[in-house]
Amino acid sequence: MRRRSFASLFILLTATFALAASSSRWQHVPAKDHARTNPLAGDSAAIAAGANVYGEHCQQCHKADAMGDGHKRPALRSERIRTASDGDIEWFLRQGDLAHGMPSWSSLPEAQRWQLVAYLRSIQ
Amino acid sequence: MLAETLKRFMSHACWLAASLAILFIQPALAQDKPYFVTYSHDLEEPGNLEIETKTALARPEGGNRYGATAMELEYGTRAWWTTELYLDGQATGDDSTVFTGWRLENRIRPLMRDHAVNPVFYVEYENTSGADKTILEVVGHDGQADLAGPNGELRKEHQHEAELKLILSSNVRDWNISENFITEKNLGHDPWEFGYAVGATRPLRSAASGRECAFCAEKFIAGAEAYGGLGDTFALTMRDTSHYIAPLIGWQLPKGARLSFSPGFGLTSTSLARVYRVGLAFEFEQVGHWFHGAAGRNSSQGGAE
Repeated sequence: MRRRSFASLFILLTATFALAASSSRWQHVPAKDHARTNPLAGDSAAIAAGANVYGEHCQQCHKADAMGDGHKRPALRSERIRTASDGDIEWFLRQGDLAHGMPSWSSLPEAQRWQLVAYLRSIQ
Repeated sequence: MLAETLKRFMSHACWLAASLAILFIQPALAQDKPYFVTYSHDLEEPGNLEIETKTALARPEGGNRYGATAMELEYGTRAWWTTELYLDGQATGDDSTVFTGWRLENRIRPLMRDHAVNPVFYVEYENTSGADKTILEVVGHDGQADLAGPNGELRKEHQHEAELKLILSSNVRDWNISENFITEKNLGHDPWEFGYAVGATRPLRSAASGRECAFCAEKFIAGAEAYGGLGDTFALTMRDTSHYIAPLIGWQLPKGARLSFSPGFGLTSTSLARVYRVGLAFEFEQVGHWFHGAAGRNSSQGGAE
């Protein structure tokens, strides 16, 4: 009985932490950035260009199928990306997450970051 | 004579670069700036290795023409930390071809987010001879007279130096604007020397093309940099200091290669009249994984035993 209670508590805590982790990424995004929309959304030329940008800069870590390595390099076909706004993703590309190995892509021109967002949307 | 020595030196450097390139399989592409002296806050992607040769061609007044090359091995240790090893050499006309020393540098981003101005701390140890003519920075009262002597004499001077830089860099719209404050100290006896480098670059086109291309405008980055000395603790004055202004152009080639060129123009009588710089870089992705993989295999073998 006691063992079952511990197991239930463990599962509950794990689920809580997992949920918190999955949503926390976007909680840091300033409201102004969160509200931004992709000026190139749905543009087929932008998606094709975004695929090139992805191949040049992102594929080496997140893999050609955008499924990551199942370890430190996360999949980009995911609930986390689907639930993010365009502005959230562009903000994250610009900021990176240096502490966890994701470089900042503020060196890419803004147009290319939006092309990348358009591409990431197209593969969900 | 110069053509022969320069050709021999360059061919050795290129062979070494090509041999290293052949060892690796997967090239990567980077949006690197074509600066030769200035640093931006861009660091190497973690696990990637970039091999670059930076060559300076010049003729100091009263001296012979020379070509000096620094071969740079740059590795992304972490997303916030890049480490580099430089191997320097030069060939001087009617003189000799010499290896002039090595440098080890580290660049660290203390802030984990992108800001309006992004600081980077730069720490370098140099073990070079006085014959080093790569001009990767200009500090103190550095001038063309330092580059004019015969290699036999210049090599007698041992430069055992520490260099610190504060790099401030901003990406504003599609421009990169970078400012570097440099201080250098010969650990033997010399005073602290000061210098600066500032630069701005921009890609010729912001948006990427939908097709793969080598000559698209977005593959070219243009700009300019200015750099010079600011005296030292014995004579904190601009008198007898060198200053340069240099337009820049960089071309992102297919297969992870990058070519950059910069003609620099001296602004004072102490400066070289002109210095031409050529850079050729290859970037190789996720080289770090080779070692992680090997470590993992070794540990699993150890565990099996």
